[in-house]
Amino acid sequence: MVINGKDLISLRNIPAETIKLILDTAEPMKEIINRQIKKVPTLRGRTVVTLFYEASTRTRMSFELAAKYLSADAVNIAAATSSISKGESLKDTARTITAMGADIVVLRHPMAGAPELLARTINASVINAGDGAHEHPTQALLDLFTVREKKGRLEGLKVVIVGDILHSRVARSDIWGYTAMGAEVRLAGPATLMPPGIEKTGARVYSDLEEALEGADVVNVLRIQMERQQQGLFPGLREYANMFGMNRDRLKLAAPDALVMHPGPMNRGVEISPEVADGLQAVINTQVTNGVAVRMALLYLLTGGAHSEVAY
Amino acid sequence: MKLLIRGGTVVEPAEGSVLEQDVLLSEGRIAGIGRNLSAAGAEVLDARGKLVVPGLIDMHVHLREPGYEAKETLLTGSRAAVRGGVTSVACMPNTKPVIDNAALVAYIKNTGKALGLARIYQIGAITLGSKGEELAEMGDMKKAGAAAFSDDGQPVTDAALMRRAMQYARMLGMTIISHCENKELSAGGAMHEGYISTLLGLKGIPSSTEEIMVSRDLLLAEETGCRLHIAHVSTAGSVRLVRQAKARGVQVTAEVTPHHFTLTDEAVVGYDTSTKVNPPLRTAADVAAVKEGLADGTIDVIATDHAPHTIEEKDVEYDRAPFGIVGLETAMGLVWTELVVGGVLTPLQAVTKMTLHPARVLNIPGGTLGAGAPADITIIDPAASETVEPSLFESKGRNTPFAGRSLKGLPWAAIVGGRLVMMERRIADSLE
Repeated sequence: MVINGKDLISLRNIPAETIKLILDTAEPMKEIINRQIKKVPTLRGRTVVTLFYEASTRTRMSFELAAKYLSADAVNIAAATSSISKGESLKDTARTITAMGADIVVLRHPMAGAPELLARTINASVINAGDGAHEHPTQALLDLFTVREKKGRLEGLKVVIVGDILHSRVARSDIWGYTAMGAEVRLAGPATLMPPGIEKTGARVYSDLEEALEGADVVNVLRIQMERQQQGLFPGLREYANMFGMNRDRLKLAAPDALVMHPGPMNRGVEISPEVADGLQAVINTQVTNGVAVRMALLYLLTGGAHSEVAY
Repeated sequence: MKLLIRGGTVVEPAEGSVLEQDVLLSEGRIAGIGRNLSAAGAEVLDARGKLVVPGLIDMHVHLREPGYEAKETLLTGSRAAVRGGVTSVACMPNTKPVIDNAALVAYIKNTGKALGLARIYQIGAITLGSKGEELAEMGDMKKAGAAAFSDDGQPVTDAALMRRAMQYARMLGMTIISHCENKELSAGGAMHEGYISTLLGLKGIPSSTEEIMVSRDLLLAEETGCRLHIAHVSTAGSVRLVRQAKARGVQVTAEVTPHHFTLTDEAVVGYDTSTKVNPPLRTAADVAAVKEGLADGTIDVIATDHAPHTIEEKDVEYDRAPFGIVGLETAMGLVWTELVVGGVLTPLQAVTKMTLHPARVLNIPGGTLGAGAPADITIIDPAASETVEPSLFESKGRNTPFAGRSLKGLPWAAIVGGRLVMMERRIADSLE
């Protein structure tokens, strides 16, 4: 079975069955990661190129390891060290990469819509690894996988996403993913960092984090970028931490077994207090492991899934 | 040389009349209108079943010359104009160099004249280099033939400077055309701010970006008595502001583009950069308000803001693409399909907004079929339809969001100064 179309660009309009298929496929992949010898021949002879126009350690490495655990050849292209810095257009770069035989291109780009442009240009599969403030579907999928793993279900859960929703591609993909799976999404953050019309997605907007936290099963804390304050989008980090920082007292308002998540990298003491980040309810490191499993599942499904050599 | 246009439905905006008549052209002028005119010594053009209207005037185009000839030239732009049935255009001054002095105005005028296609008028810059720092020599430019003044695309931010520009333009009896955009509010924006920009993760340009400047310029026009023309109105709020200002007697006119009365921000889904335009495509409520403004007379003029770009400039990430849509070759069809067939305007109203009204705003000849007027005529075939095919454009620009769209009511012939310059969408030099 393959997921619809050749690419994974967005979780908007993605059917719940497809999400379920990806999560189900990620389970045996996680088992591979936990083996002593983390290697199966499933994608032998396939080539995965990660094309990153933005600095990233964790996402790029996660894709690279996912490819390698499945025996695919993985090549990394970082914008600063390639002909991109010589002014080559995205489309020309993409054509060059596919002319060399890439099967999957993983794209991280600061501009929304770049993966869609790429997908229209090349025949290889395109995975969106984050485009501007648009989407970051693999992050949302690993979030869903982690919650399902810990809670046994997604349907009916109350999920709070707190922080800079305006600039967050993670928030958008999370909203679509959780909503598709029947969870309730609550958004909290400063009004200046709340995108217009976001409530039309089905998510509920709260200006008071504490109200949003009542009975929550999952609290996903987003990174607040320091430059947003310099842009004048909110008064300051101190007030931000006071109003929207996740700390131990606030966590008590959520359900007793609520999960605390963060897509990383964290600003400890700003959006999340150290005791919450390192507390028993935090699943932040599990998210990282699961990210590799979910990306393995996607690489497998996008290259033909069950039609290819089944190795797990 | 005489030309008799026989049997067409003649639309004369200056009289408000729509009658089946003949039109006789002689010596580059309109010699007469009436029934069963004699064809003695004249070539005859059979216009039965078609609309004979004054030559269309597009008062807002960017023909890119000098400086950006890869996007468009006066030649390709005039060919695009006449293919679209447009016999006069007014060029915005944001070329390189900016058209901010009499010599440059004269250069455009003379070059355009030598081409012998559409009449090319030039709009002079309000400030030197459109930098918004000091006034350009508007008096000199007027003498050289400038049709109006505008810092289109680079709106004058300094309210005191804009006020002085209006005082000065009023002395000259000239119109100031304002591209209303508060640059702080629009900074970094790529599309209308709303639910769709949220979905797509693109930075939005709120409606207030435009409305704040519309308000400011209306107040300045009211205070100075200057004639103000608001370019490409895109929001419901702007329509309301203009309507209120007109009601209290402010000398204001306004225009809308075909893309703003046809498309909404939903067209941006998919990140097709041909939908990237400034002001951005707005919401369905804005489109409805703009149509209401057209119908009740708040919006006087339909102009295209024809803004060609090269394919390589547009074939990039949405954020990176320049703003602009080409309009000259699709305007008539969109007006007919969306507004006339769509029941918003009568044929007379639609034609008036593309002929008489822009002629009045710019105080240029044309816009009428009265005896003695220049023999600039567009003949429209209301029954003809086509599917928009950018590769057939005469314009160098292919950046249209209307590719593949079926349009009804097409320009069938265009006559400039009594000379047939376009017939069945082919340009005169390829007719023989």
